Amino acid sequence: MAIVDTPLSAIAKVIRSKNAGPFEITLDIVFKTKEDFEAVRKSGVITKELVSQLYNVPTQNIITFGFFDLVNAVKITLPRPRPQGGVGETDMHAAQQHVPLQEIRVPWEAQ
Amino acid sequence: MASNDEIRILTPSGMLGYGFPVDHFKMGLALKPHAITIDSGSTDSGPQKLGLGEMTCSREAYVKDIEVLLEAQHETKIPVLISSAGGDGTNLHVDAFRDIIAEIANKRGWHFKLASIYADIDKAHISRELRAGRVEPLGPVPPLDQREIDAATVVVAQMGAEPFLKALDESEGVDVIVSGRAYDPSPTAAMAIRAGFDPALAWHMGKIMECGALCAEPVGRNVMGYLRRDHFEIEPLNPAERCTTASVAAHTLYEKTHPFLLAGPGGTLDLSSCKYEQVTDRRVRVSGSRFEPAKHYTVKLEGAKTSGYRSIFIAGARDPIFIAQIDKILDGVLAGTRAYFAEVPEESYRIIPHLYGKNGVMGDLEPVKTPAHELCIIVEVAATTQALATAICGKARTSLMHSPYPGRIATAGNLASPFTPLEIPLGQACEFNVYHLMKIDSPTALFPIKYEEI
Repeated sequence: MAIVDTPLSAIAKVIRSKNAGPFEITLDIVFKTKEDFEAVRKSGVITKELVSQLYNVPTQNIITFGFFDLVNAVKITLPRPRPQGGVGETDMHAAQQHVPLQEIRVPWEAQ
Repeated sequence: MASNDEIRILTPSGMLGYGFPVDHFKMGLALKPHAITIDSGSTDSGPQKLGLGEMTCSREAYVKDIEVLLEAQHETKIPVLISSAGGDGTNLHVDAFRDIIAEIANKRGWHFKLASIYADIDKAHISRELRAGRVEPLGPVPPLDQREIDAATVVVAQMGAEPFLKALDESEGVDVIVSGRAYDPSPTAAMAIRAGFDPALAWHMGKIMECGALCAEPVGRNVMGYLRRDHFEIEPLNPAERCTTASVAAHTLYEKTHPFLLAGPGGTLDLSSCKYEQVTDRRVRVSGSRFEPAKHYTVKLEGAKTSGYRSIFIAGARDPIFIAQIDKILDGVLAGTRAYFAEVPEESYRIIPHLYGKNGVMGDLEPVKTPAHELCIIVEVAATTQALATAICGKARTSLMHSPYPGRIATAGNLASPFTPLEIPLGQACEFNVYHLMKIDSPTALFPIKYEEI
């Protein structure tokens, strides 16, 4: 079976972003199966360092980062770039900040 | 009252005022729930509610939803608990909901015993607690100071289950409770805790039900919870929706900082060892929830202040020669605008361009560096008065419209303007400035209750 670098958007069931209160943004990557979840975890591609780079947040400021077995999901919570809804807001609900996660590529068996 | 073995709660929607299918709600009523709970609170649509006294939904939308709830109360006599009136849960909006209820009761000839629970917190109390070291930031928030307390239009605190318990206990048979700002699961948790069920399960079921049938696939509105001695079950009322172990377990990810540890008034709900079982193809059983009481009871304070006035202009750009140089052209235009308004203190106003088609959504985090073939340019100006914001915005717009740039061959104008007014006044801007935890000694003392018969 050929292994190709595949974007998470083609693997995960849910990739989304949302406010978690007015001062935090939370990102969820939920997988279709336990197997997919484990395979992505084992690939070692998704790390705090990668999140830090994609979202320009120092690793020590990451509030939550983890692979959570019970829900087959990666959850990441970051400080919001600015308090929600003030002057200069671009995304009141922080609902469109997930795209950099879609583009993460992991080695995956070609379909 | 609930039996010793089961309490059933019906929640018609995750948000009062968004509307819900009444046929599914009536299917829920046929299952003989012991209470109807519904939340209307959220900070999610912005600080302007707390800052300016606005409500999340229109008064008309609230009237429509509340009338359905009151009709159910009138017919079944089970209590209706509404939390976080108006979205922000200020005293102003508790009274607005109270008036809506009185208006409907009057119109329909119904009578209710009503309890109104208030959540505005006296600023002098917050100042004292701040000085006593009993107020802490919640997450990545600057520490509170007296200036911000003074600047906040109003400050509310999220109440726990206790004020609801008090209202239910003190009044022989209260029909309707309208509360100010509350932790979203509090009404459901209060009903279950009062009937003697495990608080951990009560909070967990409340946590799921406060979003209506958002825990279902596809997501919906009306949901029914069945809380028993050592577990609870959850099922959507729309036959086209189903709860699955995955959809219910994953629901607690949504809008939460952490998937398993959910901090609330008085303690933390720990869902790390929960068990989710599929009971029928549409119903899920949950057990193993744990509640860790906090060493010291805290409530979350929420407040917002106004921060000047905003005006914007909205314009399109299509010329590729212009788009290729947009950053440089804008820098020049904004510098020229600032120079023109040299008499206005520079720190008293802000000009912020939003370039859709380039990086309007993600700003500096945008990974794609090549702009699209057309741009939507929104320039946001915040200043001390509406007139000044509009004047600065107008200067920026006309300068950008007519700005020369290298290689320009479209010499009549650079922007395609869709709307008049060309500069749009947005009114006052607001900012969340209080989002802190405050220690309290009594979970009910800060939340006064008013009883009346209407």
